[in-house]
Amino acid sequence: MQPANAYIGTPQNRVDGRAKVTGEAKYAAEFDAPDLAYGIVVSSAIAKGRIKSIDTSAALAVPGVLQVFTHENRSRTAWFDRNFRDETAPPGSPFRPLYDEGIVYGGQPVALVVAEEFELAAHAASLVRIEYETDAHMTDLDLRRSEAYVPPKKRSNVKPPPSPRGDAEGALAQAPVKVHAEYRVAIEHHNPMETHASTVIYEQDGTLTIHDKTQGAQNSQSYVSSVFGLSSSQVRVASPYIGGAFGSGPRPQYQLFLAVMAALELKRSVRVVLTRDQMFTFGYRPLTIQTISLGANPDGKLVSLMHDAIQTTSTFEDYQEVVVNWSNLLYHCDNVKLTYQLAQVDTYTPIDMRAPGAALGVTAIETAMDELAYAAGIDPVELRLRNYAETDEADKKTFTSKELRACYQLGAERFGWAKRNPEPRSMRDGRELVGWGMATGVWEAIMQKTAARAVLTRDGNLEITSATTDIGTGTYTILTQIAAETLGLPMEAVTTKIGDSSLPKSPVQGGSWTAASAGSAVQNACLSVREQLFKYARQMEESPLANASIEQVMFVDGRICLMNEPNVGVIFAEAMQAAGVERVEAEEKASPGMLTSMRHSGYSHSAVFVDVKVDEELGRVRVTRVVNAVAAGTILNPKTARSQILGGVVFGIGMALEEESMLDHNLGRFMNHNLAEYHVPVNADVYDIDVIFVSEHEQLLNPLGIKGLGEIGVVGTAAAIGNAVFHATGKRVREYPITVDKLLG
Amino acid sequence: MSAGHSGSATLPERIPVTLTVNGEVRQLDVLPWTVLLDLLRDHLALTGTKKGCDHGQCGACTVIVDGKRINSCMAFAVMKDGSNVTTIEGLAKDGALHPLQQAFIDHDAFQCGYCTPGQICSGVALIEEGRAKTRDEIREFMSGNICRCGAYTNIVDAIEQVIGANGEAGR
Amino acid sequence: MNRFSYLRATSIDEAVRAAAADPTSRFIAGGTNLIDLMKYNVERPERLIDITRLPLNRIEEADGGGLRIGALVTNDEAASDPRIRDRYPLLSSAILAGASPQLRNSATTGGNLLQRTRCYYFYDPGTPCNKREPGTGCPAAFGRNRIHAILGTSEHCIATHPSDMAVALAALEAVVHVAGPDGERAIPLSDFHRLPGDHPEIDTTLRHGEIITAVELPPTDYGRHYTYLKLRDRLSYAFALVSVAVALQMDGDTIADARLALGGVAHKPWRDPEGEAMLRGQPAAEDRFAAVASHILKDAKGYEDNAFKIDLAKRAIIRALSQAAAGTPQSQTDKRIQ
Repeated sequence: MQPANAYIGTPQNRVDGRAKVTGEAKYAAEFDAPDLAYGIVVSSAIAKGRIKSIDTSAALAVPGVLQVFTHENRSRTAWFDRNFRDETAPPGSPFRPLYDEGIVYGGQPVALVVAEEFELAAHAASLVRIEYETDAHMTDLDLRRSEAYVPPKKRSNVKPPPSPRGDAEGALAQAPVKVHAEYRVAIEHHNPMETHASTVIYEQDGTLTIHDKTQGAQNSQSYVSSVFGLSSSQVRVASPYIGGAFGSGPRPQYQLFLAVMAALELKRSVRVVLTRDQMFTFGYRPLTIQTISLGANPDGKLVSLMHDAIQTTSTFEDYQEVVVNWSNLLYHCDNVKLTYQLAQVDTYTPIDMRAPGAALGVTAIETAMDELAYAAGIDPVELRLRNYAETDEADKKTFTSKELRACYQLGAERFGWAKRNPEPRSMRDGRELVGWGMATGVWEAIMQKTAARAVLTRDGNLEITSATTDIGTGTYTILTQIAAETLGLPMEAVTTKIGDSSLPKSPVQGGSWTAASAGSAVQNACLSVREQLFKYARQMEESPLANASIEQVMFVDGRICLMNEPNVGVIFAEAMQAAGVERVEAEEKASPGMLTSMRHSGYSHSAVFVDVKVDEELGRVRVTRVVNAVAAGTILNPKTARSQILGGVVFGIGMALEEESMLDHNLGRFMNHNLAEYHVPVNADVYDIDVIFVSEHEQLLNPLGIKGLGEIGVVGTAAAIGNAVFHATGKRVREYPITVDKLLG
Repeated sequence: MSAGHSGSATLPERIPVTLTVNGEVRQLDVLPWTVLLDLLRDHLALTGTKKGCDHGQCGACTVIVDGKRINSCMAFAVMKDGSNVTTIEGLAKDGALHPLQQAFIDHDAFQCGYCTPGQICSGVALIEEGRAKTRDEIREFMSGNICRCGAYTNIVDAIEQVIGANGEAGR
Repeated sequence: MNRFSYLRATSIDEAVRAAAADPTSRFIAGGTNLIDLMKYNVERPERLIDITRLPLNRIEEADGGGLRIGALVTNDEAASDPRIRDRYPLLSSAILAGASPQLRNSATTGGNLLQRTRCYYFYDPGTPCNKREPGTGCPAAFGRNRIHAILGTSEHCIATHPSDMAVALAALEAVVHVAGPDGERAIPLSDFHRLPGDHPEIDTTLRHGEIITAVELPPTDYGRHYTYLKLRDRLSYAFALVSVAVALQMDGDTIADARLALGGVAHKPWRDPEGEAMLRGQPAAEDRFAAVASHILKDAKGYEDNAFKIDLAKRAIIRALSQAAAGTPQSQTDKRIQ
C-alpha cells in the first residue's frame, strides 16, 4: 500500500507557484524601505588604463542626488585579497570595485551615483565626465594562445586533468582510423531574466538587511562582513526568490559591494540594480579552444584519446573548470592525454555557467565522437557502446551507479533512431533536409556539507529551514516533499524557508548539488524529529507503541502507528502534549560520504537525440524534436525535474545555434550587450522536447539516491544538434553557435 | 568624504495623471520621464511587473493597457493618462486565480518565476485576441516574452489548455 | 535619461509649431524606439511633444483607390486591418514579421519609419559613432559588423535601417504624407530614407518640425503573388539579417510586373528598379531569379562578419521570387520556408 504521504518521486506542483503566478514573490530589487535611495553604476568606456580625472560636479548638482562614489572618495575597505575572496573564488586577486584609478576590463564599474529616485540617479549618471589614459589591451584569445599556461594554483573543487596514461601520441600514429580537429564554443553570458540587484536596508540599529540576487545568501553575507569589517551579526542576507542565475550568482557581484558601501556611507537604505548591458560587465562562459585527437581501430574502439583545452581567464584571477576530463570519463581508452591551460585576456574573470566545463568539453568530445562514427562507418550510438567506460579509469574508481546504456537504449527507442539512414543528406521533408543526431551528457553528482532545521509544532505544522536558495530549480518544492514524506505529514502542513543567511548553514547553490545536499540535510533533521517524537509517544502513559521499535512504526497523516496494525497509533500532538512540549525541533547536517568518494565516482548521464530541419540554401536550422533520456538517480519530483531538463535543452539550443557574446578586440568590449542582439532562444525556437527519466538505483551517494539535475540537461544538447546538422547537410561545423553564415557556401 | 547635495534645489514639475490600475482609479503626479514600469514598481509598489531588460527586448514588463498587451518599459506614464492598466496583481479575482495562472501552475510553466507575470499577462491578452489557434501560432505570438529558464513548451501547453477550455465553454 | 519638458499636443498645428520653435524637440508616439534610445542617452531631446492624441489613428480609403494609413495607427492595427490584409497582404505579413506582439501594439506607422539603426556602436555611447556623434569615426567597419549593411554604405557609416514594415512599403511604392511649418508635402517612400554618405547622422529627408500624418498605399494589383521572407538569427523576435519583400503581377506563368525590396542590407529599404525591370515580361524561372539577384547585389560590399549576407541576400531573393510567383507567401507563424 502506498502511504498517504508518499511524495518523493511523485509529480507535485511548485509550492511557490502561487506566489510566482500572482506577482507576490519578491525578488532582490523589490523590497522597500522608507528611506530607500537608488544607485546607478557608471561603467568604464575603456578596457585598460586608468582614470585621469573624474568630474562628478554636474551629477552632484542634480537636485535629489545624494552622492557620487568613485575611487577618490570610496570608503575604506579591507586590505587583503583574502577578505575579498568568496567561497567560490578562483585563485588570484578578486576584483575590487572603485579600488583605485586603474581600469582592468571594459565595462568595469567606475562610479556609483546615488539619488532619491531611480530616474534622478539614471540622469545624473549620464552627467559624470571621465577622462581616461588608455593602455593597450588584449582580448583576443588567439593572440594569447602562445602564452597559455597550466594554472599553478588549483581552484578548489575543480579537478585538474589526470596524468597521461599509456602512449597517446604513439597509439594515434598507429591507429587505422583517426579524427583530429579543433572545436570552439562562443563566449556566452548567463543573462538570467532578473538583472543583478541588491537592496540594502539600513536598519535603525545600523545593521544591514540585504536582499541580494545571489545563489548563496551566506556567501554574500560573509563577503560583505569581511570586506567592510562588520561582524556577521550586523549583516543578514535574505534572497527568498532569485530570478534565474545559471551560475551568475554564486560570486557576490559588484552591485552588492557598491550598494553596501553607499548604505554604510549614507547611513540609509540603498538599492543598486544593474542594467541589462551591465550584465555583460562581469563573468561569462569563457572562450575555449579545444583540440581533440582520436585514434581507433576499424571496429571503432579507441586506442588513443587526446583532448587539450586553452581557456580564457582574466589578468587577475585563474578561473578554472573541468573541461577535458569528461572525455576519458565517458570512453574507455588505454592511451590518454588530457591537458588544460589558461591564457589571460583583459576582461573580467569568467564565472561558472550552467554545467561549467562540461558544457564545453562534452560538446567537443561528443562532436568528435560523431566524426569518428563517420570515419569508422559505425552508428554513433553503437560507437559509444563499444567504447563505454565501465569504470572511472582516471581515478581508478567504480561508479556509484551508471545507467547510461539504458539512456542510449530508451532514448533511441523513443526517438525512433533505428529508422535513421546514416548517410548524410539522405533524409528530407519537403524543401528541408532532415538531420538526426545524438550525443551523450555527463555531470558529476556532488554533495556539499549542508545543514537544515526542522521544527514541528503541536498544531501539526512543520517548518523547514536552510540557507540554501531556489534559483528556479524547485528547491522549495523538493525540500517540502522530503520533509512531508519523512514525517508523514501532508505537504500543506510543511512550510519551507530558505535563501536567508540567518538559517542553517549551506554552501552556494550550484553544481547540481542542492537537491542531494539540502535534501539530505532536511531528511536528517526530520529523522531526528521523528526519533524524538517516537520517544515521546512511547513514553505516554499506556502508550500503544510502548513495545514497538522505530523500525516497526510508520509516520502517516500526523500519526505514528504500527506498520502491521495501522489502526494502533498515537497522534503527534498527543505525544507532544503528554511530553509537555510545544515543539519538537532538530538541526542536522548532511555531508558527502568519505568512504564512498574514496572508492566510487558519482555521475549523472544522459543521451540526447535531436531532429533538425535545415533549409540548406538559406542556412536556417530548426530543432523540431529533442528526446533527452536522463539517468540521475532518484527523481524527487518528475514535474519540476522535467522542467529542469527542458530548461537545460533550451540552453543547449541557444549554445548550438544562437548565443555568442561578440567582443570587439579593437575596443576590448562586448558589443551585443542586450537581449535584442545577444540571442537566446524565444518561444518560436522551441518545438517538442521529450524527457525520459531512466530508472537508476543509486544508494551510495546519499540515502535518497539523489544526483541532481541542474546541469545535465544542457550537457550534450549542443553536440547532438551539431551532429544532426552534419547528418542533414554533410557539413561539419566545429565552431558553435551554428549560425547561418557557417552553413552557407 | 564630502557630503553631496541633498535636494536643496527645486525638483522638476510634476504632471497630474489619472490611471485606472487593476480597477482602482489612481491620481498621481508624475515626472515626464517616469516610465510606466517604474511607476508601477517604485511608486505603486506593484512589483509583480518585472524589469528584465528595460528596452522592449524581453517582455518581462508586459501589462495590459486598454485591452492591449504592451511593454511597460517603453511607455512614459504621463502619456498613458486616462488609461486602464491591468497588471499581474489584477488578474486574480477575489482570491481565485485566473485560469491561465492556474494553468501555469498545473503545467509547471515557469521556474525562477521572473518572466512569469509578463508571460501570463501576454498569454491572457493573446487568448483575448483570439488569433492563436495552433501551437505554431501560440509560439510565434508568445515570442515577445523570453524565458531564460526555458519553460516554453510548458507555457504553450498552459495557454493551449485555456484556449481549449474556452472553446469547450463556448460550444 | 536627460531631463525634458513635455507637451501634449491637441492639434497637428500646435505640434508642428511647438516642434519648429525648439530645435531640440522630438515628437513621441509609440515610444518603442525613442524611449529605448533615451534610456541609453543616445537620444537627448529637451522637449517631447506627445502626438498620441492627434486624430491620425484611422485607416481610410484614399482618393484614387488606395488606402491611407494614419501615422498613429499601430503596427498591430495595420497588420490586422481587413482592408490591408485583403488588398496589401505583403504589408500585413511584413509587419507581423517584425518585433513582438507587445511592441506592435505600441509602435505606430509613422514611428516605425523613423526607428533608428540597431548598430551596436550607435547604441553604445561608450564607443565612437559617426551617426551618434559625427566625426568620431565608425568602429563597426573594422569591428563587429554582423548586422551591418552591404549596399549603399559610406566610409562614415555602415548601419542598416531595421524596419520590416518599411521594406514592404518600399515595394508597394507607398507615399509618406507630412505636415510642417511650410505646409504639407508628400514624399515617396523610396526618397524618405537616405543613404549615409557624408552625413550618417541624418536618417531621413524629413525636416525638423515636420510630422508624418499618413502613409498612403497606391492602388495595386499585387494581391496574391507576394511574400515577405525574413532571415534572422532566431526564428522570431529578432531583426533581419536579410529580408525580402516581393510583389508580382502574374500573367499566367509570366511576370507582368515586379516589385522587390530588401531589408537588413542598407541604410534604407533597398530597391533596384533595373533588377525589377529584368523580371518584367519574363517567365517565372529560377535562372532568371538568380540573374536578378546577382544584379541587385553586384555592387555589394561585405565586411569581416557580414560578407555572408551577400550570398544570403541572393538566395533569399531567389526564394522569395519563387514563393511570390507560386502564390505561396511565407507564413510568419509556420517557420518552414516553402
